[in-house]
Amino acid sequence: MSEEAPPVKARGLVKRYKDVLAVDHIDLNVRRGDVYGFLGPNGAGKTTTLRMILGLITPSEGSAELFGRDPMRQGVRALEGVAGFVEAPRFYPYLTGRKNLQLLGALDGDGAAGRIDEVLEVVELSARAGHRVGGYSHGMRQRLGIAAALLRRPRLLILDEPATGLDPAGMRDMRGLIRRLAAEGITVLLSSHQLPEVQELCDRVAIVDSGRVVYEGALADLRRQGGAGYRLRTTADTRALAVLRAHAAVAHALADEHGIGFQASEPDVGELSLALAQAGIGILALTPELATLEDLFFRLTEGDETNAQASLARDHTAVKIG
Amino acid sequence: MSSAAASPTATVAPAFAHPRRPSTLTIYRWELRKLLAHVRTYVGLALVVILPLFFVVFQNVHQHQNRGAASIFAGEITQSGLATPVLMLLFLSAFLLPVVAALVAGDIVANEDGNGTLKTILTRSVDRGQVFAAKALAAMTYATVAVFLSAAVATGAGVASWGFSSLRTLSGTVVSAPEALLLVFAANAVYLIPLFTVVSIGVLLSTVARNSAAAVVGTIGLVILLFIVAEIPGLEGIRPYLLTEQFQSWQGLLRTPTDWAPIAHCAWVCALYAMPSLFAGYLVLLRRDVAGG
Repeated sequence: MSEEAPPVKARGLVKRYKDVLAVDHIDLNVRRGDVYGFLGPNGAGKTTTLRMILGLITPSEGSAELFGRDPMRQGVRALEGVAGFVEAPRFYPYLTGRKNLQLLGALDGDGAAGRIDEVLEVVELSARAGHRVGGYSHGMRQRLGIAAALLRRPRLLILDEPATGLDPAGMRDMRGLIRRLAAEGITVLLSSHQLPEVQELCDRVAIVDSGRVVYEGALADLRRQGGAGYRLRTTADTRALAVLRAHAAVAHALADEHGIGFQASEPDVGELSLALAQAGIGILALTPELATLEDLFFRLTEGDETNAQASLARDHTAVKIG
Repeated sequence: MSSAAASPTATVAPAFAHPRRPSTLTIYRWELRKLLAHVRTYVGLALVVILPLFFVVFQNVHQHQNRGAASIFAGEITQSGLATPVLMLLFLSAFLLPVVAALVAGDIVANEDGNGTLKTILTRSVDRGQVFAAKALAAMTYATVAVFLSAAVATGAGVASWGFSSLRTLSGTVVSAPEALLLVFAANAVYLIPLFTVVSIGVLLSTVARNSAAAVVGTIGLVILLFIVAEIPGLEGIRPYLLTEQFQSWQGLLRTPTDWAPIAHCAWVCALYAMPSLFAGYLVLLRRDVAGG
């Protein structure tokens, strides 16, 4: 395990299933200390990519390295310091939670079995550790999955949809746990559908769509590239939307229950407010807002990727001009 | 998992830590523990215990009826309690014990694949080869337990009913009770050779099929197929090389002098089935994509 090697470096990962191209030349760069969000719609190839990274499936092309080691070439040695789960964590339902951890601890070696009480306490499962996993709720299994990962004292934690199926309190607790683990120096690769969760937790992201990475980099950069956004509330939102859409400098004008979101440069917003006034539309509120990850995600993954990237580039230019 | 939960400070591995990896023996021990926790494990063992008991009870009830001796041991049944385990091995070795062995062997990899636990264990610090070896060994251990449990129950029930006395061998000579007891357990040990071969095929199918039912049925189906092939006229030439023909090779031990030829023949014929099966199973597990569950 090289000290300089990044926790995850994937180059040109491809996975083909007969005629289906599940993953199409994916490059990933997870750096030390990252909380790295891995996003994409269902079927985008996220889980397949994670499986290739962990050496569970063989890439059709390309390679992945964990701390400089390729799981396909170096086998289990490449997983040193790496833990997590792909899809839902799976356990032996006929064994208790503690027995499952004892088994996995035995398969880890290195005194992992001696840390069972500690990790059970971290995920607050100590009281139910003596019960069979078959009777666990989904949330408890997710937490047991985290406990099983922590047994390995990971330096890289790979979590695939860890909050799926959790109630709001469980999701909040999961976020808190991930935040604390990251604060302890664990690099986290988090695959998630929960965009607010990713926006809150992650500093860098990769967004995949149809097996390809459509964005990789700092989340802050992505949001900046998303352009300056504004939220408008008026006395006549429908007419205001028509006015905005008629204005050439306005992009992505969309109405929702909170008003109208749109993007434009600051000088253009001044012109727009005059145009709205001339149309007899009163402005109740006009507030600047940075594009949310959700907005950007849908812009990148819905419709043509080239158009989305071009749109981002145009917005970026608009910001510079502004 | 609230903010009040314990700090995971101690969970981060020190840099450049090279953890000591577990041995195959450790994985094997856990495979046995998993087997012990499975209800299915006890179904097979219950069968091999109940049948000898049922047989002895039946024989006691119908002691005075003419049984029409199917083998020399059937005639001996009430003369020596040690004839019972031999007769039971004769009956069970042809089909029931291979079925019991197949129940576990066919399930041992496929079950984990189907439940998704295979990917759980393959993301720990164990090689796929270690996992395969441990699973194959565990399935063989189970087959061994089934055979010797059946033999022990049959011996105990037989001796309790008809006494610990000398036994007439297939050659017609009489051996003392202690020697007969030794031969009984040696015969069961020899029977493990073809049974391990069934296990090897079961583990291969379990690895390839990714479906427990298909692997178990496939293993049993193969045994049945070989029995059918053995009965096809004109195929007598291949019969000595059929796996099912090796199920009775243990009888060489119950001849005077001991006939080692069928045992040696069984050993190499079984090796021809078992070794490629195990090697193929190992290669399949080594190279396969694990995405189940």
